[in-house]
Amino acid sequence: MSVLIFLDQSEGHIKKSSIEAASYAAKVAELTGTTAEAIVLGTVSDDLATLGNYGIKKVHTVKNEALDHVDAQVFTKIIADAAIAFDAKVIIFSNNFNGKAIAPRLSVRLKAGLVSGAVALPDLSNARPSDRAGTDGDDPVGRGFTVKKNVFSGKAFAHITVTTDIKIIALNPNSYSVVTTDSKAEVAEFAATVDTAKVQVTSTNKVVGEIPLSEAEIVVSGGRGLKGPENWAMVTDLAKLIGAATACSRPVADSDWRPHHEHVGQTGLAIAPNLYIAIGISGAIQHLAGVNRSKVIVVINKDPEAPFFKAADYGIVGDAFEVMPKFIEAVKKLKGA
Amino acid sequence: MKILVCISKTPDTTAKIAFTDNNTKFTVDGVQWIINPYDEWYALVRAIELKEADPSTVIHLVTVGTADCDPIIRKALALGGDEAFRVNADSQDSFYIASQIAEIAKKGTYHLVFTGKETIDYNGSSIGGMVAELLDLPYVSLATKFTLEGTNAIIVREIEGGEETNKVLLPLVVSCQKGMAEQRIPNMKGIMGARSKALHAVEPVAVDTLTAVSSFELPPAKAGVKLVSPDNPEELVRLLHEEAKAI
Ligand SMILES: Cc1cc2nc3c(=O)[nH]c(=O)nc-3n(C[C@H](O)[C@H](O)[C@H](O)COP(=O)(O)OP(=O)(O)OC[C@H]3O[C@@H](n4cnc5c(N)ncnc54)[C@H](O)[C@@H]3O)c2cc1C
Ligand SMILES: Nc1ncnc2c1ncn2[C@@H]1O[C@H](COP(=O)(O)O)[C@@H](O)[C@H]1O
Repeated sequence: MSVLIFLDQSEGHIKKSSIEAASYAAKVAELTGTTAEAIVLGTVSDDLATLGNYGIKKVHTVKNEALDHVDAQVFTKIIADAAIAFDAKVIIFSNNFNGKAIAPRLSVRLKAGLVSGAVALPDLSNARPSDRAGTDGDDPVGRGFTVKKNVFSGKAFAHITVTTDIKIIALNPNSYSVVTTDSKAEVAEFAATVDTAKVQVTSTNKVVGEIPLSEAEIVVSGGRGLKGPENWAMVTDLAKLIGAATACSRPVADSDWRPHHEHVGQTGLAIAPNLYIAIGISGAIQHLAGVNRSKVIVVINKDPEAPFFKAADYGIVGDAFEVMPKFIEAVKKLKGA
Repeated sequence: MKILVCISKTPDTTAKIAFTDNNTKFTVDGVQWIINPYDEWYALVRAIELKEADPSTVIHLVTVGTADCDPIIRKALALGGDEAFRVNADSQDSFYIASQIAEIAKKGTYHLVFTGKETIDYNGSSIGGMVAELLDLPYVSLATKFTLEGTNAIIVREIEGGEETNKVLLPLVVSCQKGMAEQRIPNMKGIMGARSKALHAVEPVAVDTLTAVSSFELPPAKAGVKLVSPDNPEELVRLLHEEAKAI
């Protein structure tokens, strides 16, 4: 038996959200009394043995250049084969873009119940004995492998019970704190059949050197209160200083003040950073839907009645054009820059 | 060209989220129901645009749900769907819904199946991928642009930190998001015409569910905002560093 984690990579490096999922997988393995094994597809330059530090016992690789582009259909088949070969009872993904493309397919292929957007470890208190550590035997009656997931766009959680023998969990980025130990994982090649992708990638356009918004721990975001794109230095300068990604409200992206991939909210990206700083954003319910899972929310808005203050942890009622230069100076001082 | 657009019903984005029956049921009182925004604004409108470019295109809609979905299906027909199928079932888990959609898709032999990026109530982002696997078709998720080039689809999709252009031979399944199209409002002619369009209620096929909702939970209320004077942003920096330990 095992818990299998799919490690998503970009340009040869394991993504941060996958490291979180690996650490989560190790904990799930501990809870279910088995070991966590990982699979990574394509050419990887990271030292995979270091995944032992996150509790992974064995990393299976499929070194094949054809897998450097993620094709959901091809990947699903390989991961399904691996899951069967390693007798995986729980399969874990990061609920990032690739996870969202692959996990549902795998769910169908293995007839394994999927919880996407999980935010916590599974609750096994009602699990059948075979799903729990330190027991064996199979009691199909006492089912209860329950995972908490985000629903209603961050406004609530649901506890989802998976009723199948194999379970798939897609963990939301930034929802599980990585635990490290000092250990080395064994690395081995998995002999996989690699199909030809039906989806042909004709070009890719990646913003290099910037922190992807979905993985960022700190996000600085601007709204219509900033008046125009020419005033965005207060957002980008601050972001650079504190290692943050930048985001914006929907009208800002719609007016082309900022690129569309920065749009957060109900109809944009949903994020859950440790810190979200909103400058000149009113905090409409549709905006909050994308950011309300942030651990700490800071709002800078000149209107004391702005709804965002109700969702905030810290705030300044004031004109961003006066407040932000001083705020940035203070951060510089703190950072010794 | 035949397109199947998956339409789901969700509470309005401003609906109050509350639960009853020991937190096992969503409180529907006073909730206004809408077409899931991704399904309406992006999947459906892009399908309509394809039909405008090639009038021989046929757009079918599919919804898995009970009769209370009919008003939103009528609205989708008013916007420009030609014919709709409602699989008469309480939508259960994602696998169940996807299996019903796949059944409809198999019967209609569609060139394209469009879904929204996700439902704004369940946030599964799962149905599209599941339907694709059930039909053994390619799946391109999070599409921001979609065009046809002969029998190929040219699709721009979002990837972490950027975008990617894909070329895929039809048929396929696509999940749609912002960028695909612009929101439209149904006009009088559309609304009148929708009344005479076919809305077939079909019975579901027997399928297992793989998951079940045990209960819901609301996030803990925020403790309240700590306000700092606009003359003293240094204090906010100190709080974020020392108290919140966030920078
Ligand atoms: C179905 C639906 C989906 C939607 N999806 C999204 C979504 O995904 N994301 C999203 O963001 N929106 C979304 N919206 C739009 C949303 O309702 C709001 O209209 C939008 O979020 C407002 O953006 P804003 O806060 O930047 O602008 P505004 O509402 O115009 O607010 C600007 C704020 O800046 C403040 N301000 C002005 N000048 C200053 C200054 N000098 N210093 C400090 N503060 C200042 C003002 O007090 C005000 O609060 C959606 C709407 C609908 C109907
Ligand atoms: N009950 C349903 N009937 C028809 N289509 C649905 C239904 N539920 C979800 N979908 C489609 O699947 C997409 C993704 O849903 P989800 O996986 O729940 O996030 C939605 O945007 C719809 O296009």
